[in-house]
This record gives sequence, structure tokens and C-alpha cells, in this order.
Amino acid sequence: MTAIPLGVPRRLVEFTIDGEEARVPEGSTVLDACRAAGKDIPTLCQGDTLTPKNACRVCMVEVEGSRTLVPACSRRAEPGMAVHTDTERARHSRKLVLELLASSVDLSTTPQVAGWIKEYEAKPDRFGPDAARLGEEPKVDNDLYVRDYDKCILCYKCVDACGEQWQNTFAISVAGRGFDARIAVEHDAPLTDSACVYCGNCIEVCPTGALSFKSEFDMRAAGTWDESQQTETTTVCAYCGVGCNLTLHVQDNEIVKVTSPHDNPVTHGNLCIKGRFGYQHVQNRD
Amino acid sequence: MDLHFGDSKPTDDERAAVDALLGPPESSWEGADRSDADLRWARGGREARDRRDLLLPGLHAINDRVGWISEGALDYLCRRLTVPPAEAYGVATFYAMFSVRPRPATVLHVCTDLACQAAGAAELCAGIEARLGAGVSIERSPCLGLCERAPAALAIRAGDPVRTAVSAPTTVHEAVLAATSPDSAPEEPPAAMAVPQAGSPGLTLLRRVGVVDPSSLDDYRAHGGYTALRRAFELGPAGVIREVTDSGLVGRGGAAFPTGRKWQATASQPDHPHYLVCNADESEPGTFKDRVIMEGDPYALVEAMTVAAYATGAHKGYLYLRGEYPRALHRLEHAITQARARGLLGDDVLGQGYAFDIEIRRGAGAYICGEETALFNSIEGYRGEPRSKPPFPVEKGLFGKPTVENNVETLVNVLPILTMGAPAYAAIGTEKSTGPKLFCVSGSVERPGIYELPFGATLGELLELAGVRQGLRAVLLGGAAGGFVRADELGIPLTFEGTREAGTTLGSGVVMAFDDTVPLPRLLLRIAEFFRDESCGQCVPCRVGTVRQEEALHRIVERTGAAAADDIALLREVGRAMRDASICGLGQTAWNAVESAIDRLGAYE
Repeated sequence: MTAIPLGVPRRLVEFTIDGEEARVPEGSTVLDACRAAGKDIPTLCQGDTLTPKNACRVCMVEVEGSRTLVPACSRRAEPGMAVHTDTERARHSRKLVLELLASSVDLSTTPQVAGWIKEYEAKPDRFGPDAARLGEEPKVDNDLYVRDYDKCILCYKCVDACGEQWQNTFAISVAGRGFDARIAVEHDAPLTDSACVYCGNCIEVCPTGALSFKSEFDMRAAGTWDESQQTETTTVCAYCGVGCNLTLHVQDNEIVKVTSPHDNPVTHGNLCIKGRFGYQHVQNRD
Repeated sequence: MDLHFGDSKPTDDERAAVDALLGPPESSWEGADRSDADLRWARGGREARDRRDLLLPGLHAINDRVGWISEGALDYLCRRLTVPPAEAYGVATFYAMFSVRPRPATVLHVCTDLACQAAGAAELCAGIEARLGAGVSIERSPCLGLCERAPAALAIRAGDPVRTAVSAPTTVHEAVLAATSPDSAPEEPPAAMAVPQAGSPGLTLLRRVGVVDPSSLDDYRAHGGYTALRRAFELGPAGVIREVTDSGLVGRGGAAFPTGRKWQATASQPDHPHYLVCNADESEPGTFKDRVIMEGDPYALVEAMTVAAYATGAHKGYLYLRGEYPRALHRLEHAITQARARGLLGDDVLGQGYAFDIEIRRGAGAYICGEETALFNSIEGYRGEPRSKPPFPVEKGLFGKPTVENNVETLVNVLPILTMGAPAYAAIGTEKSTGPKLFCVSGSVERPGIYELPFGATLGELLELAGVRQGLRAVLLGGAAGGFVRADELGIPLTFEGTREAGTTLGSGVVMAFDDTVPLPRLLLRIAEFFRDESCGQCVPCRVGTVRQEEALHRIVERTGAAAADDIALLREVGRAMRDASICGLGQTAWNAVESAIDRLGAYE
């Protein structure tokens, strides 16, 4: 969470990353420290506005003295820790995680993942043509957004954003177990029969495009979605007095989706249904 | 939290089942008819949400009464506890013993795990399915913890009250009988039947099994019961922890963590309250020692939990018992009630001014809930998914409070430590593995069952005691999460350090013998299926890795040599990532047994 530091200055923790001295404020994660040191570690389930769930295990690093690898996104830096981010062991795990995900999930709309797959020389095809996949069809049950769980890596971010960490609506949960676990509303009903309030804060945090605006979904299906032709304009929502920031994504002079800057100190990227989806009046040209 | 409920209503049965657990609803906010006051006054809120931990008992109540959990029933339970229906649905679908689809009132769980598979579970299932019609739901089950009597089946008939019948060793005829009329099924043999050494002198942990009446508190006391607790009160909490530390006792659930250190770490936490949790979710395939203790000497566990709680400053203990142990449940419910009635639990234990009570929580079919932090989530009414550590349970455990969690066998070891003193206890076994140890011997032996031996006996000595049969091919140590050893490795000393040195593990004390008639690849496939089914799905290496492992083993089930080499290389890579990168012990050990079979036994060569 972004916050304006006002409290007592935090103690600095000293440790090493790949043999280099690192100093970060107490409470920082290994990932924070790595990023501060300019080291790139892939992440999928980590979200800048959410408590780390460390479910995807793509950010694993080696810590001396630890029996297993540790997730950089959630492990707090400790004094004297010796972290190695690029060992053969860590790279092996990252590669396998990428292979396991890419062989079971549709990652075609996951940003950056193609680059990582190349970097780690992951070969998802090696599990053979019969390797089990999620095999889900997109759920199009409302006019605002689509849930395409064939693209879901089960990062839990939407559940956390819908539940106690942000929205407190608790419309969705992980249901089932193991490979059959899926994000679902109660009784696996359509969204329209659930507690969903269509704030779209789950879309905001979805790292794979499994959750997307209906407008984006339709344009992708029609082959007209083109991010290189889009502009992003951040403005203030006109509906109420809170003053949430909106970032309008515009293609061909039409708003195609709305996001919100995560560094906004009040809303941290969260919106309500009006800010997220209620933009049609802006482009009413009659 | 703004709860949203659908239009489905509970049936009278479902409502009654929930109300029997929670009492009648107080207002329309909780599901009663609406009164005038309800229109002006919103009830619920934090007070109702604080009962979230009753979600799992509530799901049990519905499932026990009706056999499955309908939309209306789930919604009603959610209303009563102020739990979002989506979350409750996530919890209900997590457990194998629950169904959110209609099914017959009777469910027959037929064990198809290792020992039962070797004893012909596949033919048994086929035979039962041919005989039973649509009135019974037949479910292939992971290990039911009845390995000494393989093959095993457990029938559960929903109703008021729920009826259960265990049939082991079972036949098609007997399993069908148990499923069609659980009330008239023959009674299970006494727990002592699982202890071939029962009654022989020299036993410490099992000395009362088969000797005392497991329902009689007086009998328990006449056989030395509650002397350890008296001794504990003499020593004081710090003194008890010192004794346990000096005894060298380490956890018997598989991880072998020093018990005294765990207790000390919990006792010294300034945050309160402290909790004690007894992990009786014994689900490791091949393990049944805790069941035998709980069925044969239930008061010992009640006393040991009281000692542990006293030492660590806890006033509330949870006994998390696996859902497939109906007899252990009845015995312990009875024992706790008796102990309470006699002042051995309650506000003033033994007149010492110390308050402690035990609540039993039933699991519902999830191996992962034996992982200590998953067990906390399960008790709290969440999906039984492991938490990331740190923080460790001694600091933030159940309900976020300092918690000491011990396995059943670990706890009952505390009694002899206190009665004989730490030095005498530490003199048993070896220097690094002190005390007696229970071994669950099953498979290709004449006398399967629980054996108590001091640490240090060799694998061969144990198998000889159990009457190992001719043609021994391999022994599985530690269960599905353990490892295989060869028939020529029987000199391995059964100690933590001895098995570690031999490159294997003692785990929870499983010793499963397989002769050369058992097809190894099938066995490994069953282990892989087990982990695939039981993975909670939280982290990628385990969720997908266990599936890829099973797929590869499936491909090579009939192959050897060069034809299997590619898949074995693949298995090694996947296994390594599971071991290195999974959140919890399930994923980290899911490849152990398969790896050991390849490397030690030369499977697929």
C-alpha cells in the first residue's frame, strides 16, 4: 500500500543481495529490496495494493540457511540475511512455475510473461499434448465485465480485493480444491445472482486478463483491440465528492476501459461502479 | 460487509440441524421471522462474525442430517453466522466429505489407498458397485486409517442421528451390508486387536490399550491415570516444560521438532489467550497409531492435553479429529464429558484453580488440514489452506494467538515423562531419539498393527516382530510423504538420525511392507493420485506439479528403461521445483516416495 510516511523513522535492515550490501527500512520485503537494488524478479500474484499471498511462487529466491526457496514478495528482510536471486536453483523453480502455468492456463493476455518464458527457457510443451488444462469457457453473464477463467492463475488477488482487503463485498471465493479449484460466487451461480456490486476492483488487480471489461473482451474477439492506438488520460471522477482518480483508456475516440492509479493515497486504485463503468455519458454525442 | 442471499430456503430438516448446533435464531437478521424490532434494529455484526469458527461444525450438522449441503441450507447457515455465502461455498467445496450436489443419504467410502490397494481394493470396488444400486453413493477414498485390517470401508448414513459403520477387513458382501443397514452391521473389533503386543509387560504408551475399559474413567485412574497431571501441578508450568525439554521428546507427527522448545516458545509469549491444539487429523496413508490410542486409551489424551495446556498457559484446547474416525470421536466425546463431570476438566481442574476445557472439531476429509496452519484455518471456518510462515504458530497461531500444536502420540508421551521423570525417559531409545515410538506396520506381514519399540530397533527387528512374509520387495517408511527402502536395507535403525543417515525418513512411523506381487508402478501412481487429490491448490508448484507428476507416472506405468527415461527426467525436474518452491510440506514431499522408488528400488529399470 502506498502511504505517506509520517511515523517514526524506521530502522534500516542490513543484509546482502547477491553479495552486495543492501539497506532497507525495517518491514520491507526482499522483493522491495531487490527492486530498490535494480534487480528484476518476475512476479504474478504480487500486487502493489494487496498483502502478498505468495501463491504463484514465481518470485522465489535462495536465502542461505533456508531449507527451501523463499518467496521474495512476502519474506521480510532480516538483518544478516544472505539472499541470492539468480542461482541455478531459483531459476529452475521459476522456469518450472512458468512451464506449469503456461501448460495449463491461457497466458496470452498476461503482460511480460512471454519475455520471462524466453528468459528462463521455459518449454511448456514438454508436458505433452495431453497435459491437463483448465478448459474453462469465458463467463459472459452481465454487460460490464467478463470472467474468463481459462486465463486464471488462481493468484487470489480478486478474492482479496473483493473481500476484506478493499471492497468488503465478499462476492467471490476460491471454490473446490487442487487443480479443480476455481474462483466462483456461491453455488457457482452467474454474477448477477451474487453479491457483486460491479466495482470492478477485481479487474483492477487481475494480473492475467482473466477479468476484463466487456468492451475489451468484445474488441479482442473482433480483433480490434489495439493498445498501441490507445491513449491514457488520468482525470477526476465527476460523480461524487470523493474525487477518485480515473485513467481513461481511449481508442478511436471511444473510452474502452477505465483504471485507477494505484498510487492515489485515498483510493489506491479502487473505484465504484459509477467511476469504473459509468462513462457512457461522456461520449454521448447526440 | 453487506451480505447478499438468494431466494433458496432451507428445508425443515436443514433448519433443525443448524438450530440444534447454534440454538434458535434471535432475530430476522439471523433467519427468524421478522418482528417489528428487527425493522429498527440491525443485529449481528461483530458478535455474530465472531462465531465464524462454527461454520465447519455447521456444515457437518447439515451434511450429517441430510447427506449433502443445499443452497438453502448453506444460505441459512451463512445468515446465522454472518458469513458471506461465497466464502462458505468455498469452504464447503474444499472438503471431500461434503457435497454441494444432491446425493443419496448413504455414502460408502471405500479405501483405495496403498495398503487396501495391495489387499484388492480395486476388485472390491467393482464388486460393490455391481451390487449396490443408486441408493448409495460409493466414493473411492484416500487412506481410512484402518490399514491393519485392509481392505476397509466406512459407511455413513445421514439422518438424526447420523449412523456410521466401519467394515474392515471387508468383503463385497460385508461392505454392502454396512451400507444398506449400518445399524445392524457387526461391531468393530476392539482397538486392542490393532495392537499385537497388547497386554505384554514393558509397554509404555500402549500399556493400557486392551487392558482398561476405554469408557471407564475409574479404570483409567486405577491404571495410573491422572498421576502425571498431579505431578504436573507439583512441578508448576515451568517445571513441566523443563522435564519435557530434558526428556528430549520431539514431535511424532513427522517433523520431529523438539516439543519442549515449542512449549517454552508458546508459554513465553506475552500475547493472550494461548491455545492448545491437538492434531488428530491423522491422514498420512498407512498411519493409524493415533486412532488406536484414541480408541483404546482416550483418557490418556485428555490428561496429556491438560498437562500441555497447563504448561503453556492455555485454558482452551481444540482436538482436531479427522472426520473418518467415528469410533475415536465417540470415545473422546465420552471421555471429555466424564472428565468434565469429575472435575478433571472445567473451571477448577483437580481443585487446583486452573481452568481448562477441550472442544472436539471434526475434519471433513482433507489431508492438508494435518498441516498445522491449515488446521488453524480449518478450525477458524476458512478453507484449510496452509498459511505462510513466519509468523510461526507459537507466535501467531489459532485465531492469531500463540498456539502450541502437537500430534496425539507426542502428547501421550508427556505422561510417562512426568511419571517416570525426564532422565529415566531419556534413557529409553538412543541419545538423539529418546523414548518409545509407535510404528504402524501394515502390508505384507502376518500381524499388522501398532508396535511400540524403543527408538533404535532396526527395521528388520520390527518386521520380524510383525511376521514379515516371504518375498519382501520394498518397505515404505513414513507414508506417502516418506520414502521406499529395499528389502536388503533392513538394518536401518529406526531413529530420526538413523533414517536420515540412510537417506530416508521416519515420518509419522509408517512401515508398510510390499512383496514382489505388488506392481510398483501402480503403487506409485496411487501415491501420485493421492497428492493430486489432496493438494489444496493454493500454490502453483503443488497444484499443477502434482497433476504433471501423475500424468508422467501414468504414461510410464507399463514402460521401463529408455522408454521411461524422458518422463523420469521430467519427473525429477517437476519434483525438484515442488520440493523447493511449494508453500507447505505437502507439496515439498509429494515427490519423495516416487523419487526413492526410482533411485533406491530401481523402478522402471
